[in-house]
Amino acid sequence: MSNLNTLLFGIYPYIAFAICVVGCWIRFDREPYTWKAHSSQALRNKGKSFRIASNLFHVGVIFILLGHFVGLLTPEVIYHHFISTANKQLLAMVSGGFFGILCLIGLLMLLHRRLTDDRVRANSSKSDIFILVLLLVQLILGLMTIVVSTHHMDGSVMVQLANWAQSIVLFQGFEAAAYIANVHIIYKLHVFVGMTMILVFPFTRLVHIISAPVWYLGRRYQVVRQR
Amino acid sequence: MKIRAQVGMVLNLDKCIGCHTCSITCKNVWTSREGMEYAWFNNVETKPGIGYPKEWENQDKWKGGWVRKANGKIQPKIGGKFRVLANIFANPDLPEIDDYYEPFDFDYQHLHTAKESEHQPTARPRSVLSGKRMEKIEWGPNWEEILGTEFAKRSKDKNFENVQKEIYGQYENTFMMYLPRLCEHCLNPTCVASCPSGAIYKREEDGIVLIDQEKCRGWRMCISGCPYKKIYYNWKTGKSEKCIFCYPRIEAGMPTVCSETCVGRIRYLGVLLYDADRIAEVASTKSETDLYEKQLEIFLDPFDPEVIKQAKKDGIADSVLKAAQESPVYKMAVDWKLALPLHPEYRTLPMVWYVPSLSPIQSAAEAGHIGTVGKSGVIPDVESLRIPVKYLANMLTAGDEKPVILALKRLLAMRAYKRSQQVEGVEDLEVLEDVSLTKKQVEEMYRYLAIANYEDRYVIPTGHRELNIPEAYEERNGCGFSFGNGCSSGSNDVNMFGAKKITKRDIIKTVQIWEND
Repeated sequence: MSNLNTLLFGIYPYIAFAICVVGCWIRFDREPYTWKAHSSQALRNKGKSFRIASNLFHVGVIFILLGHFVGLLTPEVIYHHFISTANKQLLAMVSGGFFGILCLIGLLMLLHRRLTDDRVRANSSKSDIFILVLLLVQLILGLMTIVVSTHHMDGSVMVQLANWAQSIVLFQGFEAAAYIANVHIIYKLHVFVGMTMILVFPFTRLVHIISAPVWYLGRRYQVVRQR
Repeated sequence: MKIRAQVGMVLNLDKCIGCHTCSITCKNVWTSREGMEYAWFNNVETKPGIGYPKEWENQDKWKGGWVRKANGKIQPKIGGKFRVLANIFANPDLPEIDDYYEPFDFDYQHLHTAKESEHQPTARPRSVLSGKRMEKIEWGPNWEEILGTEFAKRSKDKNFENVQKEIYGQYENTFMMYLPRLCEHCLNPTCVASCPSGAIYKREEDGIVLIDQEKCRGWRMCISGCPYKKIYYNWKTGKSEKCIFCYPRIEAGMPTVCSETCVGRIRYLGVLLYDADRIAEVASTKSETDLYEKQLEIFLDPFDPEVIKQAKKDGIADSVLKAAQESPVYKMAVDWKLALPLHPEYRTLPMVWYVPSLSPIQSAAEAGHIGTVGKSGVIPDVESLRIPVKYLANMLTAGDEKPVILALKRLLAMRAYKRSQQVEGVEDLEVLEDVSLTKKQVEEMYRYLAIANYEDRYVIPTGHRELNIPEAYEERNGCGFSFGNGCSSGSNDVNMFGAKKITKRDIIKTVQIWEND
């Protein structure tokens, strides 16, 4: 096992997570005014294309994110009560492929809008464009893994990747790197870009994910503050 | 009963001359920044017209305010909580900036730097949003000023409902009035209710509705929720902003900037005591036309010993109680019933009220062609006014003409009484009886409406903020009002978190080049 492999898949994830946590903490505490979704809908809202694009992208990406969490972190002993390894891979490929395509359509529309609409372009920061491109690269890599996965439908690679993720969560970096050492380069690229997204998370508009306002459902309509 | 106090506002439309001083001073103080240049916390519209943003009163289009459901409960018209969250990725009821207007600036610098040429150089417009040239400006902050644009467009005004509007398009029958607008600081605000982050709140001590800039995440539901379209999305910071009722001034006992600078002395500020426990019940009143009367019920008599006792129990300061007793807003809205709420049918229980404007056709009255009021025989009666009463009623009382007629009649009676008294030396008590006003009331009305002394118009108790600071010593070297990041805005142009400097313009540079430098 090469040192580079250990560095990228055994150590890098912890660097990325640490920067993400500390960065978010500092930003939330010191720069709360920058913590926002920063929608550009008010600048350009003509027709239905923005609504379609944004909804496609967000619905797709939310499903994919949740899918990754559940898929990678559920231990084999638990999901074997419901589904076999091979079938789980098939399920992941089909559902991930479906929502990935939805997400891709939305993302391409949004990226096109951000780059070509003069109002939106003028008000985009470098990080706004960078994160969209990074998302696109990651999404394409993710969709490519589906193609690669068709060569081994038994779920063995999926198990290796899940072992990697679970080892990372359990702070076994070197074991994790060993699990992932022999998978196809596409998976490795996908994992690397994923870790990089976690690394840049606090410095981009992605932070609005943390503020998903689910609490709204439970609160009263009126808010009165005492001084 | 839970008594709270609010500083409310009354605008005497009868005296508004449409000079826009309120809008300009407000803008200079609060919104002269990139991202907010299109936003006017205070604007003055010429009515009839579709207003700013376009057709803001058309809630079939914008879905602002509340709706009463079959079960008698109310919910925001944009939908219940699930629907609000389901629309968070793309708000279907969001106005685009063009619905306000595309903000523009002119290439003034070109006038300085142009080379010698055959023709005079001109300063052409440029979009503040994109920095690109604008060939033609098609809408602006006050495009309908003094009946600008065609009647066909202006007549889309929602207040024309149930009015035979065609005849008012004819030159001889045309009418107009000014409507200065700002945030209503409602008792039952829909913006607060529709904010997914819970960043918008009403202050208990003075009723001012504010957006916590550090808590706002820019989900932009408040913009749709507010039926008055008085919440603006700052496209540069990605957060919503609104009229803050000049709270730093109010806390110091000073009037808001728009009130202070009002040339026509049309604005009044005063405390109203209200029963917070009844807000939900009153806002859910079945019939829309009852909402005005119901809202009056929620205001409490500041002289009632029971109310005073309860108010003290609820922590209302003596200075606030005293201000409530001298409140010009209470007198005009509750005592004399001259001031009426703007669009009570939105069920937000607005707290900026309006005295409807008279529109006498004086020459016709003097020639004896139309009826007059009182012994003086010069003041035209309410039936002969130029502005249709129905139009005013659609604006101020959800279409119920009775309160509007009473207010107009009282304004006319006051004029007739004072004219008889001052010109003919006769005391015309009959004209007062017709509108059930006493001599004392009408003299006071005259003092407040016609003389309008500064200290009568603004009765604002100080906020006593010093009581909230346990240790004044710790407040030393504070940074005062800043752009929401406390003191940490930094002096370096590089921001690790990608935020742009609020104090600097990015799209259009405003650097001046001087020849001699």
